[in-house]
Amino acid sequence: MQDVTTVEPDAASERRPSLVAKGRIGERLVEGLIKVVALASIAAVLLILVFVGKEALPVLTSAVVHKEVSLGGLFAPRDGVFGWQPVSDIPKYNIVPLLVGSAKVTLIALVFAVPMSVAAAVYVSEMAGKRTRELLKPAIELLAGVPSVVVGFFALVVLSSWVQAAFGTEHRLNALVAGIGLAFAICPIVFSVSEDALRAVPGSYRTAAIALGSTRSQTTLRVVLPAAGPGIAAAIVLGFGRAIGETMIVVLASGNAALLDGSLDHSARTITATIAQELGEVVVGSPHYHVLFFLGAVLFLSTFAVNFFGERMVHGMRARLGGSR
Amino acid sequence: MSAQTQPTTTTVSWARQNRSFMGDRVLSVLTISATVVILLMLVVILGDVVIGGARVISWEFVSAAPTHGMTAGGIFPAIFGTVALTLLMTIAAVPAGVATAIYLAEYAPASSRLARAIRVCIANLAGVPSIVFGLFGLGFFISTVGKGIDDAVFAGQATYGKPSLIWAALTLSILTLPVVVVATEEAIRAVPRDVRDASLALGATKLQTIFRVVLPEALGGILTGSILAVSRGAGEVAPILFTGAAYFLPYLPTNLNDPFMSLGYHVYVLATQSPDVDRTKPLLYGTVLVLLSLTFLLNFVAVAIRARTRRRLKASL
Repeated sequence: MQDVTTVEPDAASERRPSLVAKGRIGERLVEGLIKVVALASIAAVLLILVFVGKEALPVLTSAVVHKEVSLGGLFAPRDGVFGWQPVSDIPKYNIVPLLVGSAKVTLIALVFAVPMSVAAAVYVSEMAGKRTRELLKPAIELLAGVPSVVVGFFALVVLSSWVQAAFGTEHRLNALVAGIGLAFAICPIVFSVSEDALRAVPGSYRTAAIALGSTRSQTTLRVVLPAAGPGIAAAIVLGFGRAIGETMIVVLASGNAALLDGSLDHSARTITATIAQELGEVVVGSPHYHVLFFLGAVLFLSTFAVNFFGERMVHGMRARLGGSR
Repeated sequence: MSAQTQPTTTTVSWARQNRSFMGDRVLSVLTISATVVILLMLVVILGDVVIGGARVISWEFVSAAPTHGMTAGGIFPAIFGTVALTLLMTIAAVPAGVATAIYLAEYAPASSRLARAIRVCIANLAGVPSIVFGLFGLGFFISTVGKGIDDAVFAGQATYGKPSLIWAALTLSILTLPVVVVATEEAIRAVPRDVRDASLALGATKLQTIFRVVLPEALGGILTGSILAVSRGAGEVAPILFTGAAYFLPYLPTNLNDPFMSLGYHVYVLATQSPDVDRTKPLLYGTVLVLLSLTFLLNFVAVAIRARTRRRLKASL
């Protein structure tokens, strides 16, 4: 391709070949650099795995940690009690209340967010005109842009009073308030992934259903939604991943008492909130420190798995509906 | 009857159908109300913050330091810290993100295993909970890299092996990296094939084509995506909890290894650890309003750039 140099034998252009050669070396360097930088994301994932894992591992192996807690002790009750009291005289590190707290708050968030977001996605994708859609999508994106600490603050100051007035809860801050706050945060992602899924359903599905005499609602509910099913499932899975990893909203709104019960109007303490509140005051290298990293590793691996399956579902649906694509 | 002959791009517009069935009406009402509820969430949050915060905002509030045990005064150090943090994070994240996107869009072969690995990692990085980034920043940047620098250069004196601006910024840059990559790759891929071919046909090398033709063409999209990514990062609190954010500082951070105050962290601290919540509530509202204005300002800049780029593209076609 760069044989240009050979057709210019005159002396005037003597400098040119060297320039081209130099340019090529420079280009190689830049291209190499681009490739190396592109590896940064792989490096980041591996480094997170290694360095969170490294600090979590002593929970399984270290004798110092085992003096206070063993792996079984993280889950099994002690004297019949599931207790998380890492800074008491006899530290208790039972993580079951934290797992239950995270699950509870996340489920509440999904119960509120999923039906609303999917319904809104149906409206925007199937019914709204082009102009309405172009107004609605940025507005919902804007909701995604609200920092989670702001949502948490709103849940703490305003939402908690509303929930208390509406349901007469005993405590102002509880799992319900945190769950509704979380719903604010995950609505945008559930909405946008669902909307993408609905719009990926080919128009021929709709025309065919209408041609067979279906009403518009029948078309939407029995043809389009089922066809987009895997994509909507993926939206729920990704929303779940986002909710279980969310920190600032639950720290501010959940009350943070590590109770083990199923009731919605009691305080809840999640995995994320526990790390956020305790890691700052813990002695580096202590059993408590390692248990907190262990919690982080559990969180990392579970969201990793959840997101992995979520992405697979999205791609699977695209491949099936798009045929050749 | 064969499936191939059917039109696949027609969409049925609901508005064009005259007849309205009961089921259709119910579905319309339900889905519209769901949309309205989601929009109301946004309106209620914004409304509450703007109404509560507007009373507090004054020149003194944004230009003075907190006084009286953080129950009076302003939030200037937190604004300064947030801006410094955001700038550093941008410097680290955007070039790396753009380079990754260039590799994925221009260099990696379609079937490349490496490119697929990078994509999987980016997708997963985007899903890592922000608090895990905080743990990672503490375990890697502070306890490993920072301590390593201290041992090698500062004879073990805790200089970089402690929470500081640089570590918080780097932690946040990893969090924003995937968003930058995805947006940038999309912008690069949107540049038409012909433009590249024309440049190559004129004798430009591949790299020259990328830097002088493709990137300038994609600049609008790259800026929009990067600014949106940065605005997300600027509001994050969990990753900086242990990597550099400070409760209160009597001085502004001037070195990379100084701790700093930040708006988001300030909100968290005032809301949870203040001895007198009623007296700090106005300050809280003011701080939240400033934080929200900052992130939304970035959002609006991004949207404005996107609109301008679209218009220019339309004009050039």
